[in-house]
Amino acid sequence: MVENFEPNIVVFACNWCSYAGIDLAGTSRVQYPHNLKVIRVMCSGRINPVYILEALANGADGVLVTGCHPGDCHYISGNYKTRKRMLLLDKLLEQFGIEKGRVRLEWISAPEGERFANIAKEFVEQIKKLGPNRIAEKLKEEVEVV
Amino acid sequence: MVESEEIRIGVYVCHCGLNIASVVDINKVIEEVSKVPNVVVAKEYQFMCSQPGQNMIIEDIKQRHLNRVVVAACSPRMHEPTFQKAVEEGGLNPYLFEMANIREHCSWVHEKEKDAATDKAIKLVNAAIAKARLLKPLNVEKVKVIPKALVIGGGIAGIRASLDIANAGFQVHLVETRPSIGGNMARLDKTFPTLDCSQCILTPLMVEVSRHPNIILRTYTDVVDISGSVGNFKVKLLKKPRYVDATKCTGCGVCVTKCPWTAPSEFELGLGKRKAIYFEFPQAVPLIPVIDPEHCMYFQKGTCRACERFCPTKAIDFNQKPEEVELEVGVIILATGYSLYDVAKTMPEYGYRKYKDVITGLELERLVSASGPTKGHIVRPSDGKEPKKVAIILCVGSRDEKHLRYCCRFGCVAGIKHAYYIVSYIPDAEVYICYRDIRTFGKGYEEFYERIRNYENVKFIRGSPMEILQDADGSLYFDVFDANTNRVVTLRPDLVVLETGVVPHTTFKELAKLLKCSIGPDGFALELHPKLRPTETSVDGVFLAGAVQGPKDIPDTVAQAGAAASSAIALMSKGYVETVPYVASINEDLCSGCGICQPLCAFDAISLVKKEDGKQVASVDISKCKGCGVCAAACPSGAAQQLGFSDDQILAMVRALTR
Repeated sequence: MVENFEPNIVVFACNWCSYAGIDLAGTSRVQYPHNLKVIRVMCSGRINPVYILEALANGADGVLVTGCHPGDCHYISGNYKTRKRMLLLDKLLEQFGIEKGRVRLEWISAPEGERFANIAKEFVEQIKKLGPNRIAEKLKEEVEVV
Repeated sequence: MVESEEIRIGVYVCHCGLNIASVVDINKVIEEVSKVPNVVVAKEYQFMCSQPGQNMIIEDIKQRHLNRVVVAACSPRMHEPTFQKAVEEGGLNPYLFEMANIREHCSWVHEKEKDAATDKAIKLVNAAIAKARLLKPLNVEKVKVIPKALVIGGGIAGIRASLDIANAGFQVHLVETRPSIGGNMARLDKTFPTLDCSQCILTPLMVEVSRHPNIILRTYTDVVDISGSVGNFKVKLLKKPRYVDATKCTGCGVCVTKCPWTAPSEFELGLGKRKAIYFEFPQAVPLIPVIDPEHCMYFQKGTCRACERFCPTKAIDFNQKPEEVELEVGVIILATGYSLYDVAKTMPEYGYRKYKDVITGLELERLVSASGPTKGHIVRPSDGKEPKKVAIILCVGSRDEKHLRYCCRFGCVAGIKHAYYIVSYIPDAEVYICYRDIRTFGKGYEEFYERIRNYENVKFIRGSPMEILQDADGSLYFDVFDANTNRVVTLRPDLVVLETGVVPHTTFKELAKLLKCSIGPDGFALELHPKLRPTETSVDGVFLAGAVQGPKDIPDTVAQAGAAASSAIALMSKGYVETVPYVASINEDLCSGCGICQPLCAFDAISLVKKEDGKQVASVDISKCKGCGVCAAACPSGAAQQLGFSDDQILAMVRALTR
């Protein structure tokens, strides 16, 4: 494990369930690591896998995608589309040489503030074990070779 | 605003008293964001949401010519609308505003890590600035709502909803496919658990509907097409010919008496007969008969015309044609109700339709009804004798993986009520109720169950029959394993009553297709939220009342009909609906017309259209778009974008956070 490694993690959260759940962690003052930074979208179905690739290519050490639990989507079925896309993305990441476990999908509902905090802690630990994301450096090297 | 205009961003960092300031070093945040390109104002204040805080923004927009505003404070779910209003007051489009959540997402959750929290806050504000730079003004459009409602289905749900809307002062078109309103409830003799007469509580409402000045009753009419969206639905109806002029008919019934031809009665579920010209049932509303051309000798052979000859008002009109009616309405209520599960076809082991003395619960209602085919005498259909031993079988098709997985929600109490019918009309009869579980969740249902359970001649057997068989002498018998006594019991009933499962009404599927509203896995209409929005559908302005959403008893149906009506009234009395600002938008130059986005839209907001030059492109109906962005995430060319959450805006945030 790299000493003093503080991973940078981008979180995508849907407005209705997950963002509200993450807000609740705050309102309840449940402490979790500062490494996660949230980008709000209206629905997890808005998350184009390109955003996740862009985050990783720019040096994010992990990406956490959150949405409403199956059946609870504010837009009926957006989260099902997210799940399908994430399954496909998983395969793609492997081919790019990005370790399994850097990208994660979690369903967070509005009352699950504490659960989000626990997932946040666990995810940060997991990324710390994986170490810094080297793909950004590799990409830079490749560009220089070209 | 001109595209090339210089971007001038004002950033405001809120202390929220000590909520933020005790953890995040506000001055450091201000110092850092001041260095960011395009930031022309960076200020801090104790409470940005207070009037002085908001005034600060308003003044700066005017004096420092800001054209974007970023507030770093609490959650946008808390105060985004507050600041958007301030931005608007300052003279800017309210959507040229972005919020950074440095309280719920930062100071409150990193209380002991002040330096890290400050760094995170700076990053979050930077991401908000990055997005703000790319924000574009958005519009909310007001769509007018036509103050008229269409209610589809004239059962108790449609009747209640129509009356509620009409009483609120709005015009209602109530459409019913049958010649009379009343629905399934009109077939019931008594209603559980109070055992009050169904007709006595229903028919006054039916009459009220027919007399209400705000209700236009359209019976014997089908919905053939629906287009448009909330506020402006265009509906095409087909009025089937009754061959009776409704303006002349007085409902005297002479035609019915004189008609020599008969056919099985639909209302009596085939247990009784009706004439070729008939009232659906004696209390039909409207009380205007219908000629059934399939059984009318005039239509079949060109002779007879008895009805025409005897009609005192010359109301018979053999030349009536189907008539198309077009309506424009603002809201639609679906109240199509249920049909019984077709157990004759799907569950041959019960012998329904094979043995005459196996009937459904609804058929028993007709036998008990004083206006029914037997004038209220419970008799066996096979020989007209009074049954002395009756088996009532619950959950026929319901809660069964091979048939219907769901509970019908009224079969148990209906079955108990049917046992009551038998023993109160035939005191020396024995009743056996074969059940799996007794579910008596409604108000007064458990008490009713307890009352009937204590009858000596009503016995409960916990088990379902294996197969109903017939002996050489024609009598019915079946074996049932009673789980309460661990014994196989053989029953030889004179009459078997099946409490069958229920399915959505046969007309519903086609209607759902016309409306493009979602259907759940059980085939019933899918509500927008199972708990919080049970009367709304995926289509704005289309509401659900009664069993169209799922099996329901009468109290629940009436309650939901009232809820659907109040949702409809709320829309019409406001008079307009606002579109969502964050709708999808298609860049037609980039769109290849591939159509990937279209089936993904859960709201049917996207269609493929041909432009004048012949190019096919996707087009978004913003009155239907709910602003989820699913289409934009799938568009391979980036032509579909979600306004306010465009690719460039989100990617700018990603880059700001990963810098």
